[in-house]
Amino acid sequence: MKRISIDPITRLEGHGKIDIFLNEQGDVANAYLQIPELRGFEQFCVGRPVEDMPNLTARICGVCPEAHHMAATKALDAVFHVDPPPTAKKLRELFYSIFFATDHTTHFYALGGPDFVVGPTAPKAQRNILGVIAKVGMDVAGKVLKMRRDGHELIKMMGGRPVHPNWGLPGGVSRGINQEQRKTIEQLGRDAIEFAKFSLKLFDDLVLKNTEYVKLITGDVYVHRTYNMGMVDANNCTNFYDGKIRVTSPSGKEHAKYDPADYRQYVAERVEPWTYLKFPYLKQVGWKGFVDGEDSGVYKATPLSRCNAADGMATPLANAEYKRMYETLGGKPIHHTLATHWARLIEILYAAERWVELATDPEITGKDYRGLPTQTPTEGVGCVEAPRGTLTHHYWTDSRGIVTKVNLIVGTTNNNAPISMSVKRAAEKLIRGGKVSEGLLNMVEMAFRAYDPCFGCATHSLPGQMPLEVNIRGPQGQLLERLTQYVG
Amino acid sequence: MSKGKLALYWAASCGGCEIAVLGIDTHILDVAAAFDIVFWPCATDGKVRDVEKMPDGSIDLCLFNGGIRTSEQEYMAQLMRRKSKVLVAFGSCAHEGCIPGLANLYNRKVIFDTVYKEGSSTFPENPKDFRPQPSTDVPEGKLSLPIFYDTLKTLDQTVEVDYYLPGCPPEAKNIWAALVAVLEGKLPPKGSVIGVNTTVCDECPRKRNEKKIKKFHRTWEIIPDEETCLLEQGLICCGVATRAGCGALCPQVNSPCIGCHGPNEGVDDYGARLMSALASVIDSQDPAEIQRIIEEGIPDPVGTFYRFSLAASQLRRGSKRAVNGAGTVKHVAQEA
Repeated sequence: MKRISIDPITRLEGHGKIDIFLNEQGDVANAYLQIPELRGFEQFCVGRPVEDMPNLTARICGVCPEAHHMAATKALDAVFHVDPPPTAKKLRELFYSIFFATDHTTHFYALGGPDFVVGPTAPKAQRNILGVIAKVGMDVAGKVLKMRRDGHELIKMMGGRPVHPNWGLPGGVSRGINQEQRKTIEQLGRDAIEFAKFSLKLFDDLVLKNTEYVKLITGDVYVHRTYNMGMVDANNCTNFYDGKIRVTSPSGKEHAKYDPADYRQYVAERVEPWTYLKFPYLKQVGWKGFVDGEDSGVYKATPLSRCNAADGMATPLANAEYKRMYETLGGKPIHHTLATHWARLIEILYAAERWVELATDPEITGKDYRGLPTQTPTEGVGCVEAPRGTLTHHYWTDSRGIVTKVNLIVGTTNNNAPISMSVKRAAEKLIRGGKVSEGLLNMVEMAFRAYDPCFGCATHSLPGQMPLEVNIRGPQGQLLERLTQYVG
Repeated sequence: MSKGKLALYWAASCGGCEIAVLGIDTHILDVAAAFDIVFWPCATDGKVRDVEKMPDGSIDLCLFNGGIRTSEQEYMAQLMRRKSKVLVAFGSCAHEGCIPGLANLYNRKVIFDTVYKEGSSTFPENPKDFRPQPSTDVPEGKLSLPIFYDTLKTLDQTVEVDYYLPGCPPEAKNIWAALVAVLEGKLPPKGSVIGVNTTVCDECPRKRNEKKIKKFHRTWEIIPDEETCLLEQGLICCGVATRAGCGALCPQVNSPCIGCHGPNEGVDDYGARLMSALASVIDSQDPAEIQRIIEEGIPDPVGTFYRFSLAASQLRRGSKRAVNGAGTVKHVAQEA
């Protein structure tokens, strides 16, 4: 049997590896995505004071530390049985909206953007952020940099630090904002709405008006009919900070809607000996292997999944864009994973609108940003939507608030099985009779990128390229052919 | 001046150091003007094999972040050391082990059982009781994984390190200042931490009086006032023992310093330094009362004093044989 090792994917060096096996006919027999590392947070957080968890778990990911910090902070509310005052909740959601808009911007322009803005068939040397700038101009590049800089400045202003904030406490946050800070936040939020509208217009002009791109999005290489997961508010609209978890089936029916604290009735995790990362799946449907369909418990938790699992967006401009996406792509649910990029832009608009709503809320500058816990700590679940999927933290403590057990389901981990399936499918479509198309490299790259995977945050990178090397080996491991792109 | 060759690598890290580098914003263009970036897996092209082919010592500066947890990371540390003239342990993980270093309170078996064992604190479906293996036979062939070691090591416990840049992650202004020092040839003596040699307290705008503590509070027990020293208010603020350079960011949002910059020059063990600083503010001469103040206010000594520095400390790790190390200093000290 021949083996193709994408070994290692440079941007995932030390953080991800793909092996593709070919059968005797030279067709794809199987593909494996391996995550070659583990740090063991679930164990070494045991014994720590539970109030340290927002700071400890932020170190799971330096790209989305805000998501872990927030999930942990909400878990502390539950552990201490304390309900934060309205100002505290609003401050947290404001902070979180700023983070979401900033993080999604990085992904779209630096990573997803090059495929569409510059084009999937453009010369490799141009398919990067510099190519994006060349195509759209320095003016746009300036807008992108401003959006990122504004976001990080505000995160530092509110949470203390631009990376790894130190802000969340059971029952609230460590400090509120004053009127002057509020004004700055509001102004930059209005800029963010304009930026999001601009980005959607850009997507319209460059992608949706290009029939080749639309064909690529709606083609058969990037389709997986899986379940979809996302957090929703009381009206079944997407919410990133709080709500119930809703799961819809491949045909779009509601499979489950539950309080995040009940997640263990709905989700389980599969262990395989060849990777350090587990594979979550829907417990009530069951694990049927790396396959899609109604009978397989595999689910996705991505921006597109959140749209599929919701009935709409809670803000007017984002909701109009939400409807337009489904009208354009033929109704709900959408299973074409490349449409995730569009959904991500709609989420930037929603996050920016929510940011301004909260920044103009009369309670946001209130002094009542903390409630002190009065009950004995026990156990609690905290859940938010991370940019890359539903994020769940679950802690158990003794009566002094010392952690005795921890369970974490991290954003990207939800998508471990679907990403593996997408890689395999891209390989199957391109490798026939032992012939490997040059296009495989970029097709695999694009299959990955739609999920914005965060295996050690490797793909959050500036030039928007994923250098790949494919080695095709014979049964004895001898090198038959080597294909590369973006490599040295 | 000819362009220098720059490399950046990440081992057992969170990616925050990479984000911090991007945080130098438009200075990244100055970096590109001054250096050829020959290897940076997160942001540019380049393969390990390309580095292997470079002559030894041909990279002028390597910024290495992340601790050493697996066989692959150990190999990369050795490779980057060999190829680089100046190797910098960049950020808390490479410098002191950082928060992932707290895993040294446990061993591989305990960590694997917690993460993968059926019916453990997580809920994996694992009827065959799988654990990740260095080599696994699948129907189509063999798959391999790097070996996960019992102990997380800092970079200088693995290879010789020339300089250290502290912080979790380092602040953008300090990253830029370090790069300027390299460019201008104004580096401190080899083995130094690049940074100021004062404490976070010196940068903190809060008002300080005499510190006399009858009770240490957990952060959720009190709402501190926004102007007075947090330690004076009974919160364990690590600023007294922690190297400055961040601008006292955390105390400015009413949160105690958690110690991510590590110790100042001449301090061998950060935790011992912090312990002695805290001991000196306890307002009692009665051993029983002192005992009570410590036990009630500091229920997790190792996680409090060695939050970022356990792997680099004189303790280094807990018992390798312990199956249920609760992480007390006493427990760690037995096998240190």
